[in-house]
Amino acid sequence: MGIAIVVTSGKGGVGKTTTSANIGSALALNGKTVCMVDTDIGLRNLDVIMGLENRIIYDLIDVAEGSCRLQQALIKDKRFDGLSLLPAAQTKDKTAISPEQMDEIITQLKREFDYVIIDCPAGIEQGFRNAVAGADQAIVVTTPEKAAVRDADRIIGLLEREKVGMPKLIINRVRSHMVKAGDMLDVEDILDLLAIDLIGVVPDDEFVIKSANAGEPAVMNHESKASLAYRNIARRLLGESVPLMPLEDKKGGMMSKFRSFFGLK
Amino acid sequence: MMTKSKVTIKGTKDGLVFFLDDTCSFDELVTDLKEKIENSHQKILSGPLVRVSLKLGKRFCTPEQQDELTKIIRQKGNLVIHTIDADVISKEEALAELLKSSLQIQTQTVRSGQVLEYEGDLLLLGDVNPGGTVKSTGSIYVLGALRGAAHAGIQGDKQAIIASSMMRPTQLRIAEIISRPSDEWTELKGSTEFAYLEEDQMVVAKMNFLHRVRPEASRKKT
Repeated sequence: MGIAIVVTSGKGGVGKTTTSANIGSALALNGKTVCMVDTDIGLRNLDVIMGLENRIIYDLIDVAEGSCRLQQALIKDKRFDGLSLLPAAQTKDKTAISPEQMDEIITQLKREFDYVIIDCPAGIEQGFRNAVAGADQAIVVTTPEKAAVRDADRIIGLLEREKVGMPKLIINRVRSHMVKAGDMLDVEDILDLLAIDLIGVVPDDEFVIKSANAGEPAVMNHESKASLAYRNIARRLLGESVPLMPLEDKKGGMMSKFRSFFGLK
Repeated sequence: MMTKSKVTIKGTKDGLVFFLDDTCSFDELVTDLKEKIENSHQKILSGPLVRVSLKLGKRFCTPEQQDELTKIIRQKGNLVIHTIDADVISKEEALAELLKSSLQIQTQTVRSGQVLEYEGDLLLLGDVNPGGTVKSTGSIYVLGALRGAAHAGIQGDKQAIIASSMMRPTQLRIAEIISRPSDEWTELKGSTEFAYLEEDQMVVAKMNFLHRVRPEASRKKT
């Protein structure tokens, strides 16, 4: 029996889907069998970031409605051994599936895969409840912004009522030069407020945007810092103790301006 | 014939006081009360509007029984029931009273969107995060960081205080007085402080000032 991990945040645009894609891929690179489930019905993205969009035949809703078997809907990623994707439907909305149906599908997947990574939609409504329904563990993604941290706090409060137990925290898109200048919340501040375990800090990295546009998860690259951070998170999930890497940013100036421009996307 | 009257009526300057015997059965009491209201005491009980207090002694009356007594007395249009008192209360009421006057201890983090509401004084061992709220009819003591909102004395107790080992609230309320940081109390140090009302103004002071403004805050030790 595998483990189902939901990746959630409350706020939109903090990098849930990117995180799901990269953690899923990194776990697969570590020799695990992984299924990524996109539960953002109506606004699916995970397939795009993974570059698997054109291979979708059936989706999560088809499985829930019984129009196809679970196996038929799974897309095998040929770049990784043991990595599959269960895409979301693009034409329906979040009410097309119930938490009970989700739980059933996730339970089936857990029998076949070591890890089931559930990509949660933004918000705290039905989409969130669906995504959390089958999960054993939760990862909360936040960025070092007040609003994102506030929403993460809200989500942690909601998760505490579910069976997922204490969630783990990923702080995404940290810009070390801004933190240093005191213009951005630092890791300590966020941990002090949220009071949950940190499982990784991902630096802001243009490469993540580039690779997402190319449909190749960033972890496939071995140069980028964000990629290393994601691979470290995967290793921590597997039980290894990996120290946090230093967040020194050698570039800056013009580069960071570009970054903030792209960060708005 | 009845040996002793079950209902004793006395006149005071605040109106009439009915002392109801607490050893007889309830039916006997009702019979005697009816007799007095409808027949024997007609003369004394007629006239201008009079306030009536009922003293039940050590008899516990259910709300229905109290209604029955009230109805009998109401037959006389000039008698207005002012109070119904008993020397006894039910266990439930007693427990509720006890809760109100005792210190509730809670251990949790009150996160964004969560509301913790209590009767009586509340001691929270944990943080209140921005977007979270703690409310209590009495005082609120947070042994942790207060970064959210706190409302003490929600039923109007202006003597209530809000204390925290790290005072960084988004909003404080005591009774109906609402206050934000930078409004009235600009000098927040984020240290162990407490908020109280002084002439309907919110004041935040260091904890060692508490015994001077609220010496009665230590009242409940028995």
